[in-house]
This record gives sequence, C-alpha cells and structure tokens, in this order.
Amino acid sequence: MGLQKAMGALFAVLLAALLAAPAAQADTPSPSPAPEQFQNSISGFLRDDTRAPIPGVKITATGNGFEGSATSGANGAWSIGVPVQGAYEVKLDTSTLPNGIKLAEGQENPRKVTFSQTSNLSVIFAFGKGIVVTQQDFGQNLLNRLVAGLSFGLLLALAAVGLSLIFGTTGLTNFAHGEMVTLGAVLVFTFNAMNLPFWLAIVLALLGGGLFGYVQDAGLWRPLRRRGTSLVPMMIVSIGLALAIRYVIQFFFGGATQQLPYAQSSEIQIGPVSISPNNLWSLVISAVVIALIGIVLLKTRLGKATRAVADNPALAAASGIDVDSVIRIVWIVGGMLASLGGILWAYYRPGVTFDMGSQILLLIFAGVTLGGLGTVFGALIGSIVVGIFVELTTVFGLAADLKYVGALFIMIVVLLFRPQGILGRRERVG
Amino acid sequence: MDFGFIFSSAAGELISPTTAAYALAALGLAVHFGYSGLLNFGQAGFMAVGAYGFAISTLTFKVPFFVGLLIAIICSVAFAFILGIPTLRLRADYLAIVTIASAEILRYIVTTNQLTGLTGSANGLAAFEGDFFVMNPFPPGTYLGMNNRDFFIRVVGWGLVVVCCILVWLLMRSPWGRVLKGIREDENAVRSLGKNVYSYKMQALMIGGVLGALSGMIFTLPRGAVQPSNYGTELTFFLWTCLLLGGMATVLGPVIGAMIFWVVLSLTQSILYGLIESGAVTWLTTVQAGQLRYILVGVALMLLMIFRPQGVFGNKKELAFA
Repeated sequence: MGLQKAMGALFAVLLAALLAAPAAQADTPSPSPAPEQFQNSISGFLRDDTRAPIPGVKITATGNGFEGSATSGANGAWSIGVPVQGAYEVKLDTSTLPNGIKLAEGQENPRKVTFSQTSNLSVIFAFGKGIVVTQQDFGQNLLNRLVAGLSFGLLLALAAVGLSLIFGTTGLTNFAHGEMVTLGAVLVFTFNAMNLPFWLAIVLALLGGGLFGYVQDAGLWRPLRRRGTSLVPMMIVSIGLALAIRYVIQFFFGGATQQLPYAQSSEIQIGPVSISPNNLWSLVISAVVIALIGIVLLKTRLGKATRAVADNPALAAASGIDVDSVIRIVWIVGGMLASLGGILWAYYRPGVTFDMGSQILLLIFAGVTLGGLGTVFGALIGSIVVGIFVELTTVFGLAADLKYVGALFIMIVVLLFRPQGILGRRERVG
Repeated sequence: MDFGFIFSSAAGELISPTTAAYALAALGLAVHFGYSGLLNFGQAGFMAVGAYGFAISTLTFKVPFFVGLLIAIICSVAFAFILGIPTLRLRADYLAIVTIASAEILRYIVTTNQLTGLTGSANGLAAFEGDFFVMNPFPPGTYLGMNNRDFFIRVVGWGLVVVCCILVWLLMRSPWGRVLKGIREDENAVRSLGKNVYSYKMQALMIGGVLGALSGMIFTLPRGAVQPSNYGTELTFFLWTCLLLGGMATVLGPVIGAMIFWVVLSLTQSILYGLIESGAVTWLTTVQAGQLRYILVGVALMLLMIFRPQGVFGNKKELAFA
C-alpha cells in the first residue's frame, strides 16, 4: 500500500513539473540535427537577446587534424560531429550573421573549447547589445557548484538507493544498474519521438523501468537464487547482462547523442544562486522522491519488511515475511528509481547516449560504497557527497576532465580507513 | 560470400598479436582469480600501465627498449602494490569495485588535457616502437604470408605467451602455488597454518599485474600507438570472457579462450558482413552487425557463467567460488 502511495506521489510531482514547464517552448521539439558518422559533437543554439532563433549562421570547428562546419537551422540549432574528443577551436563566421545582430561584448570568437567526459559539448554564443558575460567571483562560483553538486548527487542517489536496496536484500552487486539508468532516458526519447505527450513519455519510461526490473528479477535473478548460485558468479552474470543490454540499446538507438525536449534552458537567478530550471526541477523531484522512499522504508509494513529482509533473509522468512515478494518489489522500485535517475541525468549532462548510464555506474558504486554497502540512507549520503565532490573539485582548480577522478579516489581512501562506509555497521568485511 | 577469405581471416585471428595480448592478460587474470580468488576487474588498468609505462619512458625519457620494458614492469608492480594495500584485506566485491575504479582513474588521468605533453591525452602516443622493430632478426621477405615485421611481432608475442604459461604452470605446482590455491579455498585455514595470507595475495596480484603489463605492450607494439579509449572497462570484461571461456584455474584455458573469443568474433563479423553485402540480410546495417557481436559477447558471458562456469577445460572442483 505504501508503495502505491509513493508511486502516486511520484507521478504527481512529475506532472507538476511538466505543467510548470514554459508553454513558450510548446512547438514540437525535434531532435537536434545529429551528426551521422561521429559519436562526438560540438553543438549549441543561437538565439538573440530576445531569445529568437538565428538561422543560417556558419560555424566551423578545427582541431585534432579535423575541420568541420555547420549552419544553424531554423530553430537556431547547430551541431558539428567530430571524430575524437579533445581541444577544438570553434569559430562563428560573423559575416553570415543577419543584419543588426552582433556578438555580445566579451564573447570570444574564435574560442578554444575542450571536451570533458561527455560526447557532446555545448558552446554558447551570446548576442545582442547589453549582454556582457561577467567573470564570476570565487564565492559565487562555489555556491553555484555546490547547488549543482547537490542536484547531481541527488540524481545519483536515486540510482544508488535502488542499487543499495537490491544489494541489501539479495547480496547482488549489479553491474547492469547503469543500463537501467540509460533505459529511462532512452525510453523517454523514444516515446517522445513517437509524438506521445511529454508527460506520458515520462510515465511510460518509469513504468518501463519498473517492468524491466521485474523482468530481470523474474527471468534471471530469481532462478539463479533458486539454483543457489553464489554471489561472485552472479556479479559476473550481471557484467554480461550489462554488456548485452548496452549494445542492444546501441543497436536500436545508435551511437549519436540525442536531446530530450526542453533540454535547452538558460540559467535563472534565485537569491544568490544561479541555476538552470532543469537542474532546479531535478533537485526538487529527486529530493521529494527520496524523502518518500525514506518514509516508506521507515513507516510502512512494506518498508519494515524490506529492512528485515536486508538484515537477515532467513529470519525474515521465518517470521512470516514473503521474502520473494519483497525482493520483487525492491527490483521494481529499483528499476523505476534508476529510470527516473536516468531521465534527470539526461537533462544534467545534457543529452541521451547509449552509454550514459555506464558513465556514472562507478560514481553510483562510489556513493553506495561510501555510505556503506546495503544501507539505504548511507547510499543517499554517499551519493550526495560524491555529487558535491565532483562539482566542487573543479572550483578548486582540478581540470574539468578529471572531475570524476576525485570522487573515485575518495571512495578508495574511505575504504582504506573505514571499510564499512559512513553509515555501515562495524562488522567484519574482510 | 567468399568463404575462403572468411576462414583465412578467422585463422589469422588465431595467431594475431592482439590474441596473444588477450591470452597474456587473461593468464594474469587466471593467476588473480582462478588460482588466488582475487576478483580483479581492473586488468585493463594493468595493460594501460604497461603500454603507457613503456611508451612514455621511450618517448619522454628516450630510454632504450629493454629499460622501457623494465620500467613498464616496475610500474605495474607498483600499481598492484598500491591497489593491494587497501583492498586485499577486504571482501571480494570490494576488491572488484576498487580495481575497476582504479583502472578508470588511470584512464581519466592519461586522457586529461593537463598532461597532453606526457600522455598525448585522448589522441594517445605513437611512434615509440622503433627500437623494437630494429631488433627484428628476420630479413625483409615473406614468412607464412606475412612480412618480416608482422612475423617478428607474432613470434615475440606468442613466444612470450609460451614462456609465461610455463612459468605460471611451474609456479602453480610449486609449494607457493599450493598455498595460493589453499587461500582460494579457505583463507582462514591457511592463516591458521601460520602463512601470511596478505603477503601471498599481494604477490599473486603483482605477478598477474606484470602479465597484464606485458600484454599491454604486446597489444600496443604492432599498432605503434597507444590510445586511452582502448583501455576502458569493456576490455577488462572481454578478458574475463576469454578467461571463463577457457577455464579459470588452468594454464592453457586463458590462451585457448582468447583464441576462441577472437575467432568467433571474426567469423560472426565476416559472415554478417557477407550476408549484408550479398543482400540476404537487409534488416541490419554493417554498424549494427558490429554491435550485434558485442551483444553476443555479453550473452555468452552470462550463459557461460550460468551453465558452464568451469569453462571448456576447467575442472569444476577448482572453481574460485562454490
């Protein structure tokens, strides 16, 4: 019962988010012109100071022995496919700009850009008279990154809580969890491309994620548990499953980066913090969903049963808890949470790719391990630490393309001194 | 479809230097997992250490070939040591997560633009193989349908595989190897006999790591280039597939496993491409055919683990897990 309530609330939150989305962008969001032959791309939108799109502007990218160019489309979008990630010089041909439109002051042109971990790089050219891009001071930057990190950490936590619940109840270290994250975003893109309304696409993607969790458990993991397969072989099976699903997704979805609707948004100012509306929604949605999960776990019969199974499956079964059904529900909820995390991750990056989930799999693991394997609230705290750490390291001078290193390194250091994690019980794990 | 070409290219994979590299790295995994029960998911990291250790010492420090080789081996021993300190006392799944994380950390570090001068960032390094091919004793000509350069790298690669197999075989039938297998079966029993389990595990991690580093060099020498994108987690998973195909606690298993892996990949690719070109298969593009192979690898890994965890040659009694 508690589960259904949680689901209902989850949908309500999502619906609220959708209704609040600006009506101005109601024109059907077509996928940006995707580069056919390359997996990496440099892209952006050209809009003047009244936010009207600027078509027909030529932009070239040179670097790594490659030169490519693109012309902005009717919606102002441009995208240049590039063969490898690395440093490029992006030049906007000012002679192709329409009359009366100039680059804003302080806008570098040409400018040097560098990929950092993602396969898509957004370059923003600001136009108009009054727009001057000011250099942010350190405190401002710190605050902004902190909020962005919180948003990232909470979306990691969505996936991490599911992973941790699954680990807690079945002992499985599921390497295929990253693909469950990818699936959420890919499903939203697919349903949206089928011209379904955006809210329906999200609802169907979440249901799809839950269904996938259920099918995985019923078709694979429960039979393996019945056979008495031990944990290490199950872990290797999950690796095979991850490879298979990742390439099945690539088989149908292709290697290019696609954008979900409303992926482009300009930052808004809330008090001292500037944040993009998407990040803000992501933060609110994940915080509410995680709070609901927490309440369900602590207050309802189902939550108590779940914690009992995580604590000691045999004892839980002996006291009349249907262990198999608890595990089934955990898989379904875990799949839905991973899907939701994937959708939010697609907005955070931004972009949908077939390997977007496996890119953050290790960060999810880091969050779970930091908090203590199998503890749900530990996974939450660990993920937030990882998210904030990833964003803050760039403020303190670490190169943007090394930002995941810090989080993984912290995980190893924590294991060295406190193997049970932040909230783990002090039992022997060696 | 030209079946002659399909089978000859599959046969070519049988002795290609890449297959030799996979065999060596999988042999390293056999030492780690099959014989010692260490769940190393960072073998790609060890290969990267070998490849980059050699390439950087050759290009940046201009050392001769054998010094570069020595540096690569020392680096991999150091990497094993650093990995082992925090993790060898922990449960197996922790070791798995830490090794996979370390391999990724290493890949991020060699990819970063901050170190472009040293590592070449995403483009990697090239033109460091000169010293190696200068040592080629075979005069130019055709050897078994290959030029002297291709022949030389195959002789060296497979020679190394044979030598390492013999070494691993000798090690594992020595008293040292029996202690290792004892640790795999029951760590506490071995500890109660007064053996330093931690130290044995560390030695096993180092030996497997050195095999990984050698494999990284064999992998990179014929290409004449090393690129970070080759050393991702998927490489490790492919190596695990090779290991589990052949049999994890055997000496020849990883070698045969690597051969089967590459021959099957080559056969499926050429047959699929042939079917697409001849128009028999229209629902598939050549790009999708490439992806279909990796789906097969994933499914094969799952099925192997579920139905025949001991692999082709393995003995079910010698599994690192019950």
